Amino acid sequence: MTFLHNIGLYILMLQKMFHKPTKWKVMKELILKDTEDTVINSLGIISFVSFFIGGVITIQLALSTTGSFYPDYLVGYATRETIILEFAPTIISIIMAGKVGSFITSSIGSMRVTEQIDALEVMGINSINYLVFPKVIALLLYPFLISIAMFLGILGGMVACVYGGYSTMNAFIEGIQTDFTPFHMTYAFIKSFVFAFILATVPSFHGYYMKGGALEVGKASTKSFIWTSVSIVVFNFLITQMLLG
Amino acid sequence: MITVKNLKKSFDNKPILKGISCEFEKGKTSLIIGQTGSGKTVFLKSLLGLHKHDEGQIIFDNKDIELMNERQKMELKSNIGTVFQGSALFDSMTIEENVMFPLKMFENMSSDEMLDRVNVVLKRVELENSNKKMPSEASGGMQKRVAIARAIVNNPNYLFCDEPNSGLDPKTAIVIDNLIKEITEELNITTIINSHDMNSVMEIGEKIIFLRNGILEWEGSKKNIFKTDNQAVTDFVYSSNLYKKVRKMYLNQ
Ligand SMILES: Nc1ncnc2c1ncn2[C@@H]1O[C@H](COP(=O)(O)OP(=O)(O)OP(=O)(O)O)[C@@H](O)[C@H]1O
Ligand SMILES: [Mg+2]
Repeated sequence: MTFLHNIGLYILMLQKMFHKPTKWKVMKELILKDTEDTVINSLGIISFVSFFIGGVITIQLALSTTGSFYPDYLVGYATRETIILEFAPTIISIIMAGKVGSFITSSIGSMRVTEQIDALEVMGINSINYLVFPKVIALLLYPFLISIAMFLGILGGMVACVYGGYSTMNAFIEGIQTDFTPFHMTYAFIKSFVFAFILATVPSFHGYYMKGGALEVGKASTKSFIWTSVSIVVFNFLITQMLLG
Repeated sequence: MITVKNLKKSFDNKPILKGISCEFEKGKTSLIIGQTGSGKTVFLKSLLGLHKHDEGQIIFDNKDIELMNERQKMELKSNIGTVFQGSALFDSMTIEENVMFPLKMFENMSSDEMLDRVNVVLKRVELENSNKKMPSEASGGMQKRVAIARAIVNNPNYLFCDEPNSGLDPKTAIVIDNLIKEITEELNITTIINSHDMNSVMEIGEKIIFLRNGILEWEGSKKNIFKTDNQAVTDFVYSSNLYKKVRKMYLNQ
C-alpha cells in the first residue's frame, strides 16, 4: 500500500518537475553547481575504483585461464566484455548510489527539515523544479563518467596483466580488439542514461518527501541508497533482457 | 488586511485548528500567542498556503485565496515575506545571496541595482559588512535579521514571522521585535508574529490573539491583557512569579 502510494508520489514528482520552470539565469547556475557536485567530484573515486577493480578482474580471469588450451588473447577479450557490459555501467552506478545518492538525499532532506523548501514554496518557486531538475540535467553527463570508468578499467587490466606477467601487451591488445560488437557500447550507454535518471530522481524523492529531523535525514539517506541500488539492479535486468536477451 | 473565517485544519483526523475567525489590520503588528503545540505554526502555514485548510476562508484584501487563479496566487506569494521559526536561510548561499534571492528570482534588476537594494535592507536590520558570511558562521540573532531582511527585500504587503525571537537573549529579542514593528509601520504592511514570549507581548502587543488547543480563546491588546479574567490567558501569561507581581501592582494602581 505505502509502496504503491510512493510510486504514485514519485511519478507526480516527475510531472511537477517540468511545471513552472525556474528562470533560466538561475537554473543555469544550479546546473553548473550540481554538475560539479555530482559528476566532477566523482571523477576521483570512479577513476581509482575502476583502475584497480579492472586490474583485479583481469588477474582473476588470467588465473583461471592460463596454463590451459585457451588462446593468449582471451584475457584481454574477457576483460573488455566484463568491464563494458557490467562493471562500468552497473557496479559503478551502485557505487554512485552510495556517493551521489546519499549526497542528494541528505542535502535535499536537510533543506526539508530546516524549512528551506517551505521558504522556496512560499516565495512561489516550484521547489521540485528548482531542486531536482538541475540534477537530472547534470547527470546527463553521467555516460561520460562511465566511459572514463571503461577506459581506466581496461587500462588497469592491461597494466595488471602485463606487469603481473600473465600475458603480453600484444596479446592483451589483440584481445581487446577481438570480436568487438559496437552494439554492446550502445547497450552500455542506454543503461548509463537510465541509471543516471534513477540516480538523480530516486534520492531526490527520498530527500524531498522525508519527515522529521536530523536523525531522519540519516535514515532517509540509507533508505535512498537501498532503493536506488534496487532500482538500478532491477532496471539492469529489464534492459539486458530487452536489448541482449 | 487579512480576514480569516472559521478556519479548520486537521492532520490524520486529529483536529488542530478548530474554527478560527479573526482579522489582521494593515500597518499593525498582530501577535499570535499560545502554548507550544497550540497550533500557531499550523495557523500561519495555512495562511501561507503551505497547509491546505479543510474548511473556512482566508481573505487577503477582499480576495479569497480559494477563488484565486494560479497567476493571482503567484502575485500574492510575491507580496508575502516570511520569517520561519528556524530562519530557513539557504545554507549553500552567503548572507548577501540569501537576501538577494527573491530579487534574483522575481525582479528584472541589474546586479548593481540588486546589490544596492540588498545593502539597504541589510543596513535596515543593522547587518552591514556581513555580506560574504555564510549563515552557519552567523549567530542566531544575525540569522534572524538576515531572515527578516530576506523577507522584506522586495517590499511585501504582508509579513509573517514565526517566533522571530525564539532562542535569543531578552535584549536581542526585544530589538528584533521592535525592528519588525518599525518596519511594519514604515512600509504600512500587515504583519503577523507568532510568539510565546511574554516580553514581546508587553513590548509590541498592539493586537494579541491567544490560541489554545486550536481555538481562539481570547483577543485584545496588551492593555487589557492585564485586566482580563479569562483563566486560560492569565494562566499562560502570568505563569512566572515576576509577571504575577507585575499584574498585582498594575491592578492595584
Ligand atoms: N505536518 C503535520 N502533521 C501532523 N501533525 C502536525 C503537523 N504539523 C503540526 N502538527 C501538530 O499540530 C499541533 C500544533 O503544532 P504547531 O507546530 O502549530 O504548534 P506551535 O503552536 O507552533 O508550537 P511551538 O510554539 O512549539 O512552535 C501539534 O500537536 C503538532 O503535533
Ligand atoms: Mg511553532
